[in-house]
Amino acid sequence: MMSTYHAGLLADVGILLLGALSVYIILATGQLSLGNAGFMGIGAYLTSYLTVTVGLPLTPALLCAALAAGAIGVIVGFPALRLKGIYLAMATLGFGEMVRSFFLNLDAMGGSEGFHGMHHISLGTIWTWAAGILLLVVILERSRVWLDMRAVRDDEIAAGLVGLNATTIKVGAFGFGAAVAAIAGGLFAHHHVYIEPGNFSFERSIDFVLAVILGGSTVGPGALVGALLLVMLPEYLRFLADWRFAAFGALLIAMLLVRRQGLLDRSLFRLLAPRRPA
Amino acid sequence: MLLQQLVNGLTLGAVYTLIALSFSLVMGILGVLNLAIAELFMLGGYFGFAAILAHWPLPLALLAGMAGAAVVAGVIEKIGYQPFRDTPVVTPMLSTLGFSIILQNIATNVWGSDPLQLADEVLGGRFTIGPVSVSAMQLTVMGATVVLVAALAVVVQRTSVGRALRAVAENRDVARLLGVSAGRLTLLAFMLSGALAGAAGVLIGLHYAAITPYIGVEIGLKAIAVMVIGGTTQIWGALLAGPLIGVVEVMTVAYGGSQIRDFVVYGVMILILLLRPQGLLGGARADQGQRV
Repeated sequence: MMSTYHAGLLADVGILLLGALSVYIILATGQLSLGNAGFMGIGAYLTSYLTVTVGLPLTPALLCAALAAGAIGVIVGFPALRLKGIYLAMATLGFGEMVRSFFLNLDAMGGSEGFHGMHHISLGTIWTWAAGILLLVVILERSRVWLDMRAVRDDEIAAGLVGLNATTIKVGAFGFGAAVAAIAGGLFAHHHVYIEPGNFSFERSIDFVLAVILGGSTVGPGALVGALLLVMLPEYLRFLADWRFAAFGALLIAMLLVRRQGLLDRSLFRLLAPRRPA
Repeated sequence: MLLQQLVNGLTLGAVYTLIALSFSLVMGILGVLNLAIAELFMLGGYFGFAAILAHWPLPLALLAGMAGAAVVAGVIEKIGYQPFRDTPVVTPMLSTLGFSIILQNIATNVWGSDPLQLADEVLGGRFTIGPVSVSAMQLTVMGATVVLVAALAVVVQRTSVGRALRAVAENRDVARLLGVSAGRLTLLAFMLSGALAGAAGVLIGLHYAAITPYIGVEIGLKAIAVMVIGGTTQIWGALLAGPLIGVVEVMTVAYGGSQIRDFVVYGVMILILLLRPQGLLGGARADQGQRV
């Protein structure tokens, strides 16, 4: 039997994995979002509303929240088309802060007091969703759609010239990423059984991005490695006690200096994969 | 009441102006978002507090905060920006994020996570002008900001170093061909930007008479919005946007909901990014800079 301590850590990994995947999906089309905690917050509040106030079971509530957040993601995705790079990053940062501020003012859901009343869910539930969506992303990575997304990331104009619809691909990625972030939020709410707007701040968005960058920003399983690193490393760095976050920041810089693509990348996979007979 | 709020808003706006200038010095010249500026601001505040607690006079404490933050900014440039000069703009942004994690951790360990408070008011006294009451501290904050902005203006517009900075901002490669040492200038831009952030930290610490390791995230993020609203590609937009946002914020708190202000500020930032990416003051569309 696993101790509650380890179970708590694993639950954090699962939720962070989903958040990281939400960033990864959007990043695959060359768009960096610093506002995914906003989508997570929308998912958390909506799911909790549906299970606590409306009385829906968790699964349909999560799916509803994912659909709604996905729709909001698409709505955010359209104006995002006009922005690139650092400007898009700043705009999404603003979006995330707006969502947080919105929930802070939403007295119907507790405002700054937070919202509670959710039923605690098991670790198994969290990991069923997390593993399922990771699998979905890995399958998607082998599909035509993902090639299209990478083409748009590498050169949008060239992708347009060969007949790809860059608008649909980029907006779609935003919608999909937002839906995944919303599921992360819904699971977070039902794991901690209490949410407040502060849970979905800029730092949370940054955690998602860090997990992707550390784990590997070009392959889906990178998000899993990144999430594991991000949650477990501060635990293993406990001997550094108060300095573990500084060590962590240094590690991030070192990683960017030495291995910018993150721990996992394609060539590593090729190296490890069994050679197919010619 | 209205005038009083205006004065309070301008004080906050002065601090926003300094941090936004700090962001836009690096952003306008190098096209890099230095996220560690938020923590340089916080660090400058602590340096200033340490100096005041050691009974240094106020102007010296301000200089100590500026110098300390400028040195740290120089280190960030060497490790967090130079190696990433030729990478996509997102990479140096993430490395400065690494620095901001480190700096916040250091501040928490050195000074503790509880707010550090000034025991007695360093500058007491209020002046009453008609219906408006201005504290000596507010006057100091606004006065110091005006002096610092004027000094920056002289450096950027009137000196040869400033001309070189503007040349690098215009076109790095051509500037280098003409004999400008781009490497030294990026270091200078980072350090100038750090000094401004440090000064803002000392001033806000004095204004609130307290400082915490988390002040950087709260106010620093807002300053990014101020920079965007003023215009990212040329630095003087912050002079308009800083006081504007400061006043709007104080007014919404005074007459509307207290928490709706963040919603308004970031909403305006997104609208500006979408509709007028060159910012309030940006002139020609050529000012927009590359958006890639």
